[in-house]
Amino acid sequence: MNDSFMLDGEEIPFTPGQTVMQAAAAAGKYIPHLCWHPDFAAHGSCKLCTVKIGGRFATSCTVRAAAGQEVENRTDELDARRRTLLQLLFVEGNHFCPSCEKSGDCALQATAYEMGMLTPHFDHFYPDRPVDASHPEVLLEFNRCILCELCVRASREVDGKNVFALAGRGTKSHLIVNSESGRLADTDFAATDRAAEVCPVGVILKKRVGFAVPIGARTYDLQPISAAGGDGTTGRAGDTSAPRKTEAG
Amino acid sequence: MSFELETAPADAGTLRRVAIDPVSRVEGHGKVTILLDEHNKVHQVRLHIVEFRGFERFIQGRPYWEVPVMVQRLCGICPVSHHLAASKALDLIVGATRVTPTADKMRRLMHYGQILQSHALHFFHLSSPDLLFGFDSEVGRRNIVGVAEKYPEIAKKGILLRKYGQEVIRLTAGKRVHGTGAVPGGVNRSLSADERKDLLKDAYQMIAWSREAVHIIKELHQQNPALYDHFGSFRSNFMGMVAPDGSLDLYHGVLRAKDADGSILFDQVDYQTYDRLITEEVKPWSYMKFPYFTAMGPEHGWYKVGPLARVQNCDSIPTPFAEHERLEFVAYAGGKPLHATLAYHWARMVEMLFAAETIKELLQDDDLSGTELMTSGERRREGVGVIEAPRGTLFHHYQVGDDDLVTMANLIVSTTHNNQAMNTAVREVARQYLDGKEITEGLLNHIEVAIRAYDPCLSCATHALGKMPLEVTLVDAEGTELDRKYKA
Repeated sequence: MNDSFMLDGEEIPFTPGQTVMQAAAAAGKYIPHLCWHPDFAAHGSCKLCTVKIGGRFATSCTVRAAAGQEVENRTDELDARRRTLLQLLFVEGNHFCPSCEKSGDCALQATAYEMGMLTPHFDHFYPDRPVDASHPEVLLEFNRCILCELCVRASREVDGKNVFALAGRGTKSHLIVNSESGRLADTDFAATDRAAEVCPVGVILKKRVGFAVPIGARTYDLQPISAAGGDGTTGRAGDTSAPRKTEAG
Repeated sequence: MSFELETAPADAGTLRRVAIDPVSRVEGHGKVTILLDEHNKVHQVRLHIVEFRGFERFIQGRPYWEVPVMVQRLCGICPVSHHLAASKALDLIVGATRVTPTADKMRRLMHYGQILQSHALHFFHLSSPDLLFGFDSEVGRRNIVGVAEKYPEIAKKGILLRKYGQEVIRLTAGKRVHGTGAVPGGVNRSLSADERKDLLKDAYQMIAWSREAVHIIKELHQQNPALYDHFGSFRSNFMGMVAPDGSLDLYHGVLRAKDADGSILFDQVDYQTYDRLITEEVKPWSYMKFPYFTAMGPEHGWYKVGPLARVQNCDSIPTPFAEHERLEFVAYAGGKPLHATLAYHWARMVEMLFAAETIKELLQDDDLSGTELMTSGERRREGVGVIEAPRGTLFHHYQVGDDDLVTMANLIVSTTHNNQAMNTAVREVARQYLDGKEITEGLLNHIEVAIRAYDPCLSCATHALGKMPLEVTLVDAEGTELDRKYKA
């Protein structure tokens, strides 16, 4: 049995049990998000997918769709709040897009463009987060972590390895590696793991392929994240880290 | 090692050095300090370049493949030079001792696009106001806007030459400024047939305008040899890269140096061994080091790099119009090296013509549309990359650990090679024009004209307006500050 709700004035069908986010993604409608991924249980932590349902805030990745709901998504008010959330994420880490190999393929950067974020607005934290280059195939660049826990979930639920976890509290929260030394090389992590390709930003990187994709051919050069991520599966940065064939070559 | 006028004699007693704190720790700032005695005789002149370059330190611990993209942020005017010098060094790290023909030619095209745009910018936007109006002409008009009013055609051609160079860079690197085209082991794209055709369409016009630019500066020389041959002139060694056959090559080759009389000091030197060739001296009064040829010592071993060195260092230029102009330049010099500071402009325009002709030739080469973009081989831990940047020889040297992170980086940039030469030029100009006189804006500009001839990187930050933040302080024998001029 199909039913429907209204998203920014458009009718969206859903099947019972679907969340608002799942139904919207299935209908090709973009609700901004960072910690949500269609293959994993909703996390509800980044709050970017917050919408208004009947005038009340709700995270669309966790709230069930219901017949007759009036959902506000891309309103100026909600996008302004999303912009503030993004600004907080940018200043909490060390995000240097100009020299980051994930630039153009990064969901954080693309979402910031989509929301019209022009400045960081807040003072930078400049946290000290050394990289972990111990693994022969994969580099961990903790400076860019947004604590979405997609790698934690992928490693636990798909790879069955529990390589990653969050530690610390509040502003001290940070990603850690589950080994005695704390180094990735001392875990059973492999470059073929699902966790290796799910990072929406530039933390978990396959080594030695950075910048192989030219400007103009990167995921969000071709279309904005609202179009690329509309169905919730394509265009996610985590799916594009492998080197691709260039336009010319 | 101290040079004449570098440091006032100890027995001068009453002379005092006035220290002016750096205006800012970024490129684009410099200052000149001058000490005088009671007769206003010059005792000390120093050009301080307040260049802070933390790059060597903060790329340590970064993955090597990030380096070509990150280090180019040193500069917004010639980032391609750093992008390519780093890529060449890292080619060796990934074992790509020879990149594919497509990669080699794409990088060459990017580089000659860069030479074209940088040389055009320097000549038309920055220097032509001095050269066309006079060094002490009305200051309000001595800028590119003034040139555009009085000589609209010249200004227009300058702007369009630069625009074309930028377009070449955009298509090879992905962006006009700070692209990602070169990667360790090759490039990440090649050109389509349509892109080549589009660029080739305007290439002939660029060659024609570059020839006109050479003629403009050549005529200025010939009309006023007393000024152009002697202003800030001094003898020194030259260094630059040449192709193995001795012809001019700004992308790859071997190192060659000549002495002030034009005799070869060294030739066919593999730049991987640069650290045995060059020593960098530190002086307490400048943030910038003073390199010299180790074998000759600091007193005699300093040298010039850049267009004036390169055009006189090579045996030939492999494109016809530029070679014709080189021969005229050599004939004008009379068989001996020309050491005139203002001859830098002439040599620079010969190189711009060479770049325009080379771009045209490359665009006709089908290798530019090839599909073999990258190569690799046996991994190494160390690599040196050298390129002839618009301003001179640029060295990048890296060591990379087994974990792929950079452990050591050393850069010697063009402006650093020219440090002693620029100081000497400023002292010559001060001796010629300043001794016993009161500072005027025109005098201040004479000093700037000498510095500007080298197209130093210190002007990068304010390039577009043609103004260098420059401070000149005049101090009398009692240490009292007589006059101070500041331009920002």
